[in-house]
Amino acid sequence: MKDKRWIVTGLVVFLLIVLFPFWYNRGRAVPPPEVKLTEKAKAEKECVLSRDYMKAEHMQILDLWRETVVREGNRIYTNPKGREFVMSLSNTCLDCHANKAEFCDKCHNYASVRPYCWDCHIENPKEAR
Amino acid sequence: MLEFAVKGSKRYFGWMIFLLGLIGVGFLVYLRQLDVGLGITGMNRDVSWGFYIANFTFLVGVAAGGVMVVLPYYLHDYKAYGKVTILGEFLAIASVVMCITFILVDLGQPMRVLNVLLYPTPHSVLFWDTIVLNGYLLLNLIIGWNVLEAERNGVHYQSWLKPLIYLSIPWAISIHTVTAYLYCGLPGRGFWLTAILAPRFLSSAFASGPALLILLCLIIRRVSHFDPGWKQIQSLAVTVAYAICVNVFFFLCEVFVAFYSQIPEHMDHIKYLFVGLHGHGAYVPWMWTAMALMALGIILLVNPVTRKNEGTLIVGCLAVFFGCWIDKGLGMISGGFVPNPLHEVNEYIPTLLEGLITIGVYGLGFFVLTVLYKIAIGVKEEVRA
Amino acid sequence: MDIRRRRILQLLGLSAAALTVKPVYDALAADPGAARPKLGPGREQLRAKQWVMVIDTRRFASEADVEPLIEACHRIHNVPRFELKRWEIKWIWATEYKHAFSGTSSDRFLAAAVEKRPFLVLCNQCENPPCVRACPTQATFKREDGIVMMDFHRCIGCRFCMAACPFGARSFNYTDPRPYLKHTNKLFPTRMKGVVEKCSFCAERLAEGKRPACVEAAGGKIAFGDLYDPSSEAHQWIRKNYTLRRKVNLGTEPAVYYIV
Repeated sequence: MKDKRWIVTGLVVFLLIVLFPFWYNRGRAVPPPEVKLTEKAKAEKECVLSRDYMKAEHMQILDLWRETVVREGNRIYTNPKGREFVMSLSNTCLDCHANKAEFCDKCHNYASVRPYCWDCHIENPKEAR
Repeated sequence: MLEFAVKGSKRYFGWMIFLLGLIGVGFLVYLRQLDVGLGITGMNRDVSWGFYIANFTFLVGVAAGGVMVVLPYYLHDYKAYGKVTILGEFLAIASVVMCITFILVDLGQPMRVLNVLLYPTPHSVLFWDTIVLNGYLLLNLIIGWNVLEAERNGVHYQSWLKPLIYLSIPWAISIHTVTAYLYCGLPGRGFWLTAILAPRFLSSAFASGPALLILLCLIIRRVSHFDPGWKQIQSLAVTVAYAICVNVFFFLCEVFVAFYSQIPEHMDHIKYLFVGLHGHGAYVPWMWTAMALMALGIILLVNPVTRKNEGTLIVGCLAVFFGCWIDKGLGMISGGFVPNPLHEVNEYIPTLLEGLITIGVYGLGFFVLTVLYKIAIGVKEEVRA
Repeated sequence: MDIRRRRILQLLGLSAAALTVKPVYDALAADPGAARPKLGPGREQLRAKQWVMVIDTRRFASEADVEPLIEACHRIHNVPRFELKRWEIKWIWATEYKHAFSGTSSDRFLAAAVEKRPFLVLCNQCENPPCVRACPTQATFKREDGIVMMDFHRCIGCRFCMAACPFGARSFNYTDPRPYLKHTNKLFPTRMKGVVEKCSFCAERLAEGKRPACVEAAGGKIAFGDLYDPSSEAHQWIRKNYTLRRKVNLGTEPAVYYIV
């Protein structure tokens, strides 16, 4: 173990680099994002499924929707309460949540998530129709 | 054994830094391709595969060519090849690494590549190509490394390696067969729609792979204390000589079928490549160069006087290698796409940027090859001493 | 190698493997009793065993007759227009007879009217599609109603389907198409760079009970319907007229018929 000194130095440097975000941001807490609902969304009270489910698992339902619409050709989603929705990100989700920047992006930016939905799906179909 | 790769002369490190430079440039250009899209290449709606896939196809051949030393040694107990099998196996590893990289840089959405495994699709030849290529890489890594380690320790290699070695021989044939099936199973592409495509790919593989191996052996003789052996080089040269003859023969069979039958769909691609079609003929000089190089290779390698002379042997091997590269790397892919299914001519000319990415991938392959050969030579020198 | 070091490595590997057990168990033991949402087609969905299109080329005399159809398709599907020919994307376009039927029909002399007539070409929605066979991820697949569909989410951009298509019907997004769109149909997605696209017989319109955009714009010059339904207009047109299909000799069974 004649290289002990170098190994330890290397490990310390490695840890410093890997833990950069932690020591750089120590003691600071960025407040969690506050998403804004449009009037239309507020009036609806509940989304396709419960608020808690949508908060945590909306990506699961979007994945199910895209799989069903594209691959099975089924476009109507009936939730457990019996309400029907056309499965469409741009035309259904964003119909209520027309404020993408204040709603989707806020959380996504906070969590540093960059979904590529918007590379194809148009952000706000209501605009300038 | 990796320690052999981090010790070396100034010349060795100079070469490695040079290769890292090529990789770096290629990588930077690739970042641009990721950003803009494959639009930075010369590919278009009609010629939708270009330089990347062409080089991939060629290098699958080089990888499969390694079997030309493995087979005589392990199946026919041709003892002389004991010295060079490891070089064949390591050349195969480096080639497959390049193949896989070429496929990755050719994808429009590379971050989704694992979809191939997530949604396995047995009716797609590309699915099988993924399996055979990665399998071949793994086989050669396991076999090459363990056999070399056993040699270093002065023992016989482990007995469980034997079945893997036997498996690697048909596997080598399979990688190039499956690669040919990518093309020859497509309806409406007259140039590729021929049962002889896989044999033709294999014959050019068994010419270009061993030709490169000869050149590498000659370089190793110069730069190291390990001598792969003149006898071995000569045996390989005979393999190259007959493989290139068979390759040219297969090509002439194609020409006969296309032109005697006079079926336009089969003739037009060959016409485009060799005499031009509707006034377009960017590949004409290249294809004739390839033919001339292969003819030169045949003359120099079949003739025992020139084959046994080191100078003419080098020229012959270079001629075969580059002749095959033009034939398979340039003509085979572009030629299949022109004219297009509507019988219109839209040519493909590679751009500088895709050229730089291609050079970067070759840099990566030669980097891997140099590391592996450095290790192999290190072990051989150590065992000798 | 030191035997203890090897042992530690083995233990580390085993522990790592053990850590994966719980998530797998949780996933398999997902609550089966919860109320399940239902997924289904809309009430207006048009159905068929194999959709086909029959183009009455006798009623298309010049570019002016086909241009509105092409425009209708490319407009609602957000198909971009590039200055650079290399990047060209098209779902439906017009070409001459000799190009549309190259390989199967190389007549030296043709009826003068046919020679100059514009022939609309598009994805043939083959009954036996080679592109579907070639795709390594099932990103292109055949639906129950015969439509050869693209799943842009899954496409890796390998372009094997483009090589496999004997009709040159497929286009690749060599770059991000959005900046090259003059108009955007806000109700239909665009594509992203690096995926292949083509005509889908307007699957999204069939779901709403509408016929394909080009058929609608053709004003009765194109019939659309179920090949296997004798009462469908398309079936009847095929029965009443002599029709051609492109490259039938290849066995792909194209679903676009031409009355010449």
